[in-house]
Amino acid sequence: MDVVTQSAELDDLRDTFGFLDDWEERYAYIIDLGKGLPEMDEALKTEATKVRGCTSQVWMIGREQVDDAGRVHLEIVADSDAHIVRGLIRILTMLYSGRLKSEIAAIDAEGFLHELGLDQHLSPSRRNGLFSMVERIRALGAS
Amino acid sequence: MSVLTSPTAALTKTRFDVDAVRKDFPILGTAVHGKPLVFLDSAASAQKPLAVLDAMDRMYRTAYANVHRGIYTLSDLATGRYEAARETIRRFLGAKDASEIVLTSGGTDSLNLVARCWAQAFLKPGDEILVCESEHHSNIVPWQIAAEATGAKVRPIPVTDEGVFDFDAFTDMLNPKVKLVAVAHMSNVLGTIMPIKRIAAATHAIGAKIVVDGCQGAVHQKVDVVDLGVDFYAITGHKIYGPTGVGALYGRRELLDAMPPYKGGGDMIETVTFERSTWAEPPARFEAGTPMIVEAVGLAAAIDYVESFGMEALHAHETDVLDYATTLLRAIPGLRIIGTAPDKGGVISFTVEGAHPSDIATLLDQRGVAVRAGHHCAQPLMVRMGVSATTRASFAMYSTRAEAEALAQGVERAMALLR
Repeated sequence: MDVVTQSAELDDLRDTFGFLDDWEERYAYIIDLGKGLPEMDEALKTEATKVRGCTSQVWMIGREQVDDAGRVHLEIVADSDAHIVRGLIRILTMLYSGRLKSEIAAIDAEGFLHELGLDQHLSPSRRNGLFSMVERIRALGAS
Repeated sequence: MSVLTSPTAALTKTRFDVDAVRKDFPILGTAVHGKPLVFLDSAASAQKPLAVLDAMDRMYRTAYANVHRGIYTLSDLATGRYEAARETIRRFLGAKDASEIVLTSGGTDSLNLVARCWAQAFLKPGDEILVCESEHHSNIVPWQIAAEATGAKVRPIPVTDEGVFDFDAFTDMLNPKVKLVAVAHMSNVLGTIMPIKRIAAATHAIGAKIVVDGCQGAVHQKVDVVDLGVDFYAITGHKIYGPTGVGALYGRRELLDAMPPYKGGGDMIETVTFERSTWAEPPARFEAGTPMIVEAVGLAAAIDYVESFGMEALHAHETDVLDYATTLLRAIPGLRIIGTAPDKGGVISFTVEGAHPSDIATLLDQRGVAVRAGHHCAQPLMVRMGVSATTRASFAMYSTRAEAEALAQGVERAMALLR
């Protein structure tokens, strides 16, 4: 099964990444995206919600929402103490948040992040952190 | 004067010429993200000069065999080079005798050797190990393991808000139960040069021993273990422009003589029977198995290389770059330097208001500037200084004022992006 990673928001993201000339500009854009990420309630930032393997602190929870048709959607709530990571979280929430829980596993995050060039450009430690977040989202989807 | 088989451009100059030095380090001419590399992470691991690369290559090509066992010419030759490396390290550290130099796999290995073979062998329940709170984990955790095994206790020696060794607090802690004091010659985070000679004198006055982590300290200044009056001094090769996988432990001979072996194996025994084995004399007792032969030769080449300039010249150059970088960074509003001791080596740790150190390091990397961000294996110190992490720039013999400017400009640019 293949869930299409197409939406107006994701297309915008692709276009902007493609349009920006260099990585300093892309980072500036990622930082701006991070500024739009809602703050996470401090009470939710606990050891249990912490995502291991990141270069900075990252906390993440999943909230389930049932729609009128009785289908379960997953909302991702996450935060970090680093601006760039907040931007990366925002990108992941664009990709995942609000999706049906049942389709989380089939979302090709690797492919999407590759399209943006994030998989090659990020430092290995940050890339590991990014994929630790993806793993956590998949675990939330499977729980 | 040291003997270098491949004289380099820098050596022909009488005064320290950083541009010539940089030509000796091939990697410094490379680019990152299309920008010239500005390598400011030498405190984590320094780059290697041609003298080291050539010495190791030449050894593998012309003089390689296992050491200490062969009766044939090549093994003799390799043994000679390996033991000559030990002698070079002895001279570099100012030890009296080459038997006081144990070759190890690095600084961590050297400190663990003392923890296992001295602390764990001789400490009793209730004994105390005083450890400076600014230490690298490799000079904390081995003592915790030894304390766990013997019933001894590890107590932190405080540093001041500036990152200065709190000598008064230290002397207040001294009591007959204290058997060991562990402190770095130079902090890898704060850059502080610790007053080792004074600490050693106070330590010996109560009959305790002092072990010094010299992994940073030996890189930036002349070390004389006899003058400092230390019992153990640990160094690593890769921070002093040598290869990874090799380091050394200086230990006073009478202490090494009394210590049981570290690891069992070949080369460390006198006789072996199934009933009982007897140990070789130091340093062989602590060097079980085939040692890091070529790495030791590479380390000796690195020492010859830095000594060809003189440690004083290196220290003067690095201090110039450090002071210049400090002035530039101090002028940036919202930037706080962690570690402002008057006596510092080439390290600047800092935090920036409203930005995480990893953000700063990532954005600097885009400009080709390599710095470290994190807790620098010194979590207790982070707590002491009230930060979760810092960005750290560190300077080496090949660092320049222009690189300090690239750092400061990069930090300002990053701060503008993050605002």
